[in-house]
Amino acid sequence: MSTRMTLGLAAVVLAPIVGGLIRGLDRVLTARLQGRQGPPLLQPFFDIIKLFQKEPVVVNRTQVFYAYLHLALIALATFMLATGGDALMLLFILAFSTLALVIGAMSVRSPFSRIGAQREIVMMVAYEPILILMVIGFYLANGSFRLQSVYEASRPMLLSLPLVFIAYLSVVMIKFQKSPFDLATSHHAHQEIVKGVTLEFAGPYLGMIELAHCYEAAFFLGLAGLFWATNAWMAALLAAGVFAVTLLLDNLCARLTTHWMFRFMWTVVFGLALTNIIWLYWR
Amino acid sequence: MLRQFGLKKSPWVVHFNCNSCNGCDIELLACLSPLYDLERFGIIHVGNPKHADVLLVTGSVNHRNARVLKNVYDQMPEPKAVVAVGVCASTGGIFRECYNVLGGIEEVVPVDVFVPGCPARPEAVIDGIVKAAEKLDLRRRGQPVSRPSLVPETHEPSPKPAAPPETVPATPASPAAPVAAPAELAKTP
Repeated sequence: MSTRMTLGLAAVVLAPIVGGLIRGLDRVLTARLQGRQGPPLLQPFFDIIKLFQKEPVVVNRTQVFYAYLHLALIALATFMLATGGDALMLLFILAFSTLALVIGAMSVRSPFSRIGAQREIVMMVAYEPILILMVIGFYLANGSFRLQSVYEASRPMLLSLPLVFIAYLSVVMIKFQKSPFDLATSHHAHQEIVKGVTLEFAGPYLGMIELAHCYEAAFFLGLAGLFWATNAWMAALLAAGVFAVTLLLDNLCARLTTHWMFRFMWTVVFGLALTNIIWLYWR
Repeated sequence: MLRQFGLKKSPWVVHFNCNSCNGCDIELLACLSPLYDLERFGIIHVGNPKHADVLLVTGSVNHRNARVLKNVYDQMPEPKAVVAVGVCASTGGIFRECYNVLGGIEEVVPVDVFVPGCPARPEAVIDGIVKAAEKLDLRRRGQPVSRPSLVPETHEPSPKPAAPPETVPATPASPAAPVAAPAELAKTP
């Protein structure tokens, strides 16, 4: 087994552990900011263990299949990120992972689940262009779509893509379901959509989706670290900075509408990223 | 080894208001406030019985809502526990002798923990949920779990009111359409 394969497999095993700790820290710090004591740091792990101990209750078989697919694809995306695979392929796999969740939520007849799924689609339409511009930025800076070129680059990506990095921050906030973008599923939106996309998943299948969220947390902070891949400490610092900003904004903002999010992402954030790409192209 | 941390440390609760005066419900909301902070024990207040481990019921049960309470309980995946919050949920309270009241929720669903009080104190509610979580873990391990009961042997719930007398004679030409029973949730083994 080559070094890269070992690295990839290690990432697949370690990502949920790191992601779970990140989510636990998120919950503790959010509670402290609200003047509460908050749950233990390991709470996300307790939740996942519990969900796997529950009786599997399903509405239909389709749902089960897509819960598995959602988890498998995000694990594959993590593997590709660690091995330095093709960035465009990575985006496709990531999009399919989210789509699996959307189709699973659409396969049941609960209106709340469907509203959540539709919002998830709007969110994808809002953030996907930014991710594609980011990958184009990597290509313009390194001359290759492979993430391996980013790892081997002598100059940190952040110096070439500062505005894309700021745009990427809002993508992270959407993917983590943080205010003002916590539209598709949220523990704080009972009255509105109950639990959104994850509403009709229960027991172990909800556990799988929670596990996939842990993967997502590790994956997107890892991708943030990629902007300073030349130095591991700087990469960790960058990821920690992204985490801190999302946490702070989550507690400062209220949930806004999908229309607002769409307008904001396609004007301000898309404009930021595009400006950076144009500058990089004509430099 | 890891299994012991699951049910005991993360009981998600769903709240059902049977017939309550809202006193206990307000106290339940107080549990979520920074002063009491339910999340310390990993307790999350969920809106969906399918995600829940513990059912919190406030208020006495009557002929109208007994069916709804049973339905919410049946939707929760095993292992599950029920906490009766306040004296009304426990025994019927001051509404016990009302013509429409069946009594405590014990008449409809099995209860694991009774939380006394009118209204129940937030500390008592949190204590009740934590006790229910311990019972959940015992149930997972297949150990016998005692169920307390507050129903006296002599108690008889009030009779279901008779249907109102038929004023319009039923037309024999159009028999009532059969009402489809709600489909049972498909359960995988």
